[in-house]
Amino acid sequence: MKRLMSGNEAIAQGAWEAGVLFAAGYPGTPSTEVLERLAGYDEIDAHWSTNEKVAFDEGIGAALGGARTMVTMKHVGLNVAADPFMVFPYAGTNAGFVVLVADDPGMYSSQNEQDSRYFAKIAKVPILEPADAAEAHDMTKTAFELSERFETPVMFRTTTRLAHTRGIVKPGERVEAPRKEFSRKASQYAIPVYARFRRPELEAKLDKLREFAEEFEGNVIEEGSADVGIVSHGIPYQYVKEVMPEASVFKLGMIYPLPQEKLREFCARFDTVFVVEESEGFIEGEMAGFGITNVIGKERFTNIGELSADLVAAGLKGEAVPADFAQDLNILPRPPVLCAGCAHRGVFSTLKKLGVLVTGDIGCYTLGCLPPFDAMHTTFCMGASIGNASGFNRAGEENVVAVIGDSTFLHSGLSSLVSAAYNQVPTTTILLDNGTTGMTGHQEHPGTGHTLKGATAPAVDYETLIRAVGIEHVEVVDPWDLETTERAIKSGLAHDGPAVVIAQRHCNLLPEEKAREKTAYAVVPEDCILCEDCFMTGCPALVWEDDHPFIREWECVGCSMCAQLCPVDAIALTEEA
Amino acid sequence: MAVTNVLIAGVGGQGAVLASELLALAAIAAGKDVKQGEFHGVAQRGGAVFSHVRFGDRVYSPMAKRGDVDFLLALEKLEALRYAHFVKPGGTIIINDHKVEPIRVGDERPYPDDAIEALENRGFNVVAVNATEKAIQVGNHRAANVVLLGVLAASLDIPDEVWDETLRMRIPEKLLSLNQQAFSAGRQVTDN
Repeated sequence: MKRLMSGNEAIAQGAWEAGVLFAAGYPGTPSTEVLERLAGYDEIDAHWSTNEKVAFDEGIGAALGGARTMVTMKHVGLNVAADPFMVFPYAGTNAGFVVLVADDPGMYSSQNEQDSRYFAKIAKVPILEPADAAEAHDMTKTAFELSERFETPVMFRTTTRLAHTRGIVKPGERVEAPRKEFSRKASQYAIPVYARFRRPELEAKLDKLREFAEEFEGNVIEEGSADVGIVSHGIPYQYVKEVMPEASVFKLGMIYPLPQEKLREFCARFDTVFVVEESEGFIEGEMAGFGITNVIGKERFTNIGELSADLVAAGLKGEAVPADFAQDLNILPRPPVLCAGCAHRGVFSTLKKLGVLVTGDIGCYTLGCLPPFDAMHTTFCMGASIGNASGFNRAGEENVVAVIGDSTFLHSGLSSLVSAAYNQVPTTTILLDNGTTGMTGHQEHPGTGHTLKGATAPAVDYETLIRAVGIEHVEVVDPWDLETTERAIKSGLAHDGPAVVIAQRHCNLLPEEKAREKTAYAVVPEDCILCEDCFMTGCPALVWEDDHPFIREWECVGCSMCAQLCPVDAIALTEEA
Repeated sequence: MAVTNVLIAGVGGQGAVLASELLALAAIAAGKDVKQGEFHGVAQRGGAVFSHVRFGDRVYSPMAKRGDVDFLLALEKLEALRYAHFVKPGGTIIINDHKVEPIRVGDERPYPDDAIEALENRGFNVVAVNATEKAIQVGNHRAANVVLLGVLAASLDIPDEVWDETLRMRIPEKLLSLNQQAFSAGRQVTDN
């Protein structure tokens, strides 16, 4: 039976077939759907962890405890999990352990471009990378076999294009992997004196993996008719086949360690060999280390952004990339925006009004940096806002506000808040509690009262938690209520110790909010004085039409924020208008 | 050997991704190799979304090269302009004659109301259909994506039975009849 599956769906299917028993991760585009899919299988115990390090630690425990395990994250998630990722290989695994890492070349939904392959090299962990959904399905199973055969964690690396491209997959049956007994050998898992013995063993393991790479059937040479040799992998391989089907292609499925001898033999057959890879010149660099020098790589195939068949054609054949005449037409962009009536609009219109310095974090609310708000002045990584605000304060900035979403706060903001409380840093943190992980598509988290598998769970009580770490000034407000929100933020700023405002209002896209009976607002044209104050929330339901502001009733969720901003009460509920 | 390239573009929430999934499923059912790659940013609504669907004997790249697209299905006029450079010279652009003003982030440029003429002037075979209106007629404006698929179906080598089978397989029971009507409404556009 042939099925249409995305790369992410195919990986989950492969992991299920491989007998995975435990899976954990934290949402992050483009990796999120893997764990969501895994949770759909009865045999797999899958859950969202508070962050990627927690997921990784849980994964280590589960794999040592004998259960085949997958942990999932995006590239920046691996940064968070880097600590266990670097140390686990010294011990080695018991049952199969695969970490899925999804890179995002082109930064479709990330703050940076980061080539995770280097991370695996530092950790001395093998990397497998598929080239389409069908391969992702098969190779996931291979990853578990490899992990158990060499007792090593395996990095399964994908990119946005692989994750989000659907193709034909032939699913198979699940094969149960019996639980493996854990042997309590401290010499394998603890203290530096033992780790020193493990260190050369790790190198010996890598040597064995190098031998394996020479035989691995996922590293395959596809002979072509033309006298052109190309080394490629993953999605770039597809572009190569698209634009130069006549070339001989050495397609790498195992990216680290590489099959040194096979590559040397292949490259010796040609005057020069193209290395076509996305992001950095990782393979090219490894080959240079082998002394293979007749190579053309990053000089022709940019390390910036995503490759495409057009860019690969340009690099291989010198073909010009056809112009994008949309650029000449000077057409309007269509950027993503906060939804109509989004509660974040209330917080950011208030912050703009107050003119304070705002350190931001990762979520939908990062859009607060754009007009009409311009009310977010830094954004770096998950959980950074609170620490950044503390630093600004120490540098002498008095009015600093940190904004952080509920899921992000639990991910890695909490430890910074504890630090701010401990050091009594007088900054104000606004916890944007919309009751979900909004940006990645509404995943559950410890504050939601539900798990990934749909079970009810204790929901974090933010106010009690924040008070318990030693912060006395805590206030809960409804961000749709602009006056109260403004007063609470001002009060927090005036307080001479750390303060927290919990802005609580569920995301409008949650099912129960969507189902809620709504009464829209409307502008009464006769009363409108055209002051444009209502536009301060930037709501997409509010537009200019027939020379006055107009509310698109079908988009309005009845938040009332524009009506509150109107100085002459010219915006009223449709029932009254 | 020949691969058919379709690009489906729209605004977040219009169903561009569902339309491309339906096309990909129909192509599989018709015995073809398929790749369908979608492009969208973070999950907020209202941004531009587009998706490549490629089918034939053997498909490699998830996205067509610029100038290789046979059919562009645009759920919105501005998005037709934005992605038309992917279409081959003289290729077909099926446009929903429907305007969704983008939310302006400090950008005062006018909406290009002459999008359809501009594309005709560039030599494309433009088929403008008010799919949103047709969708409203059959019961819901959100079915405009399936109306446009119906228009496209007239030009593809995929039998009507396969399309119907695909709709039955993918669309939930309570929305099936609506979508079947939307598909027929589009299918009839070029039948006269």
